Amino acid sequence: MTGKAERQAWSSVEEAAALAAPPPAGKQRPFEWRVLLGFLLPVIVALAWEAAVHFGFAQGRLVPPPSRIFATLSALAATGELWTHVSATLWRVLVGFVLGASAGIVLGALSGSSETTRRLLDPTLQALRAIPSIAWVPLFILWLGIFEASKVALIAIGVFFPVYLGITGAILSVDRKLVEVGRVFRLSRLKMARRILLPAVLPEALIALRSGLGLGFMFVVAAEIMGASEGLGYLLVDGQQMGRPDHILAAIIAFAILGKLADSLLVGATKPLVRWQDTARGTL
Amino acid sequence: MLNLAHLSKVYADGTRALSDINLAVRESEIVGLIGGSGCGKTTLLRLIAGLDTASQGQISLDGEIITEPHPAIGIVFQEPRLLPWLTVSDNVAFGLDQVAPAERAARVAHALDKIGLAEHATRWPRDLSGGQQQRVAIARVFVANPKVLLLDEPFSALDAFTRASLHEHLLGLWEETRPTVVLVTHDVQEAVTLADRAIVMQPKPGRIFDELPLGIARPRDRSSLPFESAVRRVMGALDHSLNTVQTSPQRERDREAAGLWW
Repeated sequence: MTGKAERQAWSSVEEAAALAAPPPAGKQRPFEWRVLLGFLLPVIVALAWEAAVHFGFAQGRLVPPPSRIFATLSALAATGELWTHVSATLWRVLVGFVLGASAGIVLGALSGSSETTRRLLDPTLQALRAIPSIAWVPLFILWLGIFEASKVALIAIGVFFPVYLGITGAILSVDRKLVEVGRVFRLSRLKMARRILLPAVLPEALIALRSGLGLGFMFVVAAEIMGASEGLGYLLVDGQQMGRPDHILAAIIAFAILGKLADSLLVGATKPLVRWQDTARGTL
Repeated sequence: MLNLAHLSKVYADGTRALSDINLAVRESEIVGLIGGSGCGKTTLLRLIAGLDTASQGQISLDGEIITEPHPAIGIVFQEPRLLPWLTVSDNVAFGLDQVAPAERAARVAHALDKIGLAEHATRWPRDLSGGQQQRVAIARVFVANPKVLLLDEPFSALDAFTRASLHEHLLGLWEETRPTVVLVTHDVQEAVTLADRAIVMQPKPGRIFDELPLGIARPRDRSSLPFESAVRRVMGALDHSLNTVQTSPQRERDREAAGLWW
């Protein structure tokens, strides 16, 4: 059966099912006020510090108050400098993440699904994983120069290991009983991978990708500190050298916002793929 | 005809699970395999399903040797084993890749209607009760129109009421295409309710102890004399098989599992 015919077939089943039992009318979900709980703690701390500086309990020289940090952020944004740094950092994380995650997915899938490949690859990769990532920096600079390639390579290394480990572990922990269902229906290796293994590993794979993305943001700081002329990491170093803690904190806040946004984007984009999961979320 | 000839299974650790099993199951016959723990019932079913390979002997279906999963043989496991990422209807359609879309949709809709779950077609397996999930698992096998249906204690985890209801659903589906059925069960009542013939097995190593044709017309009335007489005969054979080989505590557990109260 061709791919197109297959897609048609599956949609027909869904249509038949929909005819047999039309889904319940869409409900408007009420606004989740609990979402705002996450803002409570940082807002209280920020207000308290602002008040402490405002009323003279603290100088705010080394830890500037939020108003000064946001003024710095606004000024950087107004001159366009902030966007230059943000876009440079984001681009490095994106390229490093795509490269590292792709390699992690491919090698993780090979290692998880073939014992021979696992015996061949895994010991070496586990040994490489034990090396502190910063230790690669001098080598990468020697091999790839001081420009973008070495930075992207460092980020890719950071992303690679959690993704590789997550994918390998997820494949190895797929329920044997579900694989037997595929065997009973005589699925080919390819169909077994597509219809059983891939959906079964998806939840764990997504967690691995999230870990990889988080590490990507950690490693971009290291990469940009080791020598860059733009990027939020550069802003950190620049703030230190110029004695501008407001610049440093502005860069840190920008990192926090970007990291959270990127993670939320990944979660949001992949949520429809795992909506079938029977989890305790919502009951705890 | 499903034919098992001199079938033996020895595991890698040396455990002899089955020894010299010979059994011929006629077309459309329902055979109930019953016996104590460890007598190789599930092993035998897995061999017929092609999920494991026999150490000796052979299995044939209409003359064709079976060594791996075969399109004409379907199995329902003890657990429903539904794929949690597929809706109920997609689970039922899982084995119908090669069937034309229109026919596939019709078969799925018919099977769901037959098991009383048409209104649950778009739900996830997590939204169903254990009994409903097992009904979907049965429907998934039946829509593929197998010539041989293997049932590995599919109702053992369910309460008596749900079990009785599932027996009716199963027989309703079976009446349509009348496949050959091999049912593994611990429950003598269940074997007599569903089977045409009871095969009593004995452990260490697993082998056939006795074969009892039940000869009761369908639909079966559980309170009728022929039914009660058949239950007594199977229980007698089972008790005899347990008496012959087992030590007391294990025997008591098996008697309990088989519903023997004396």
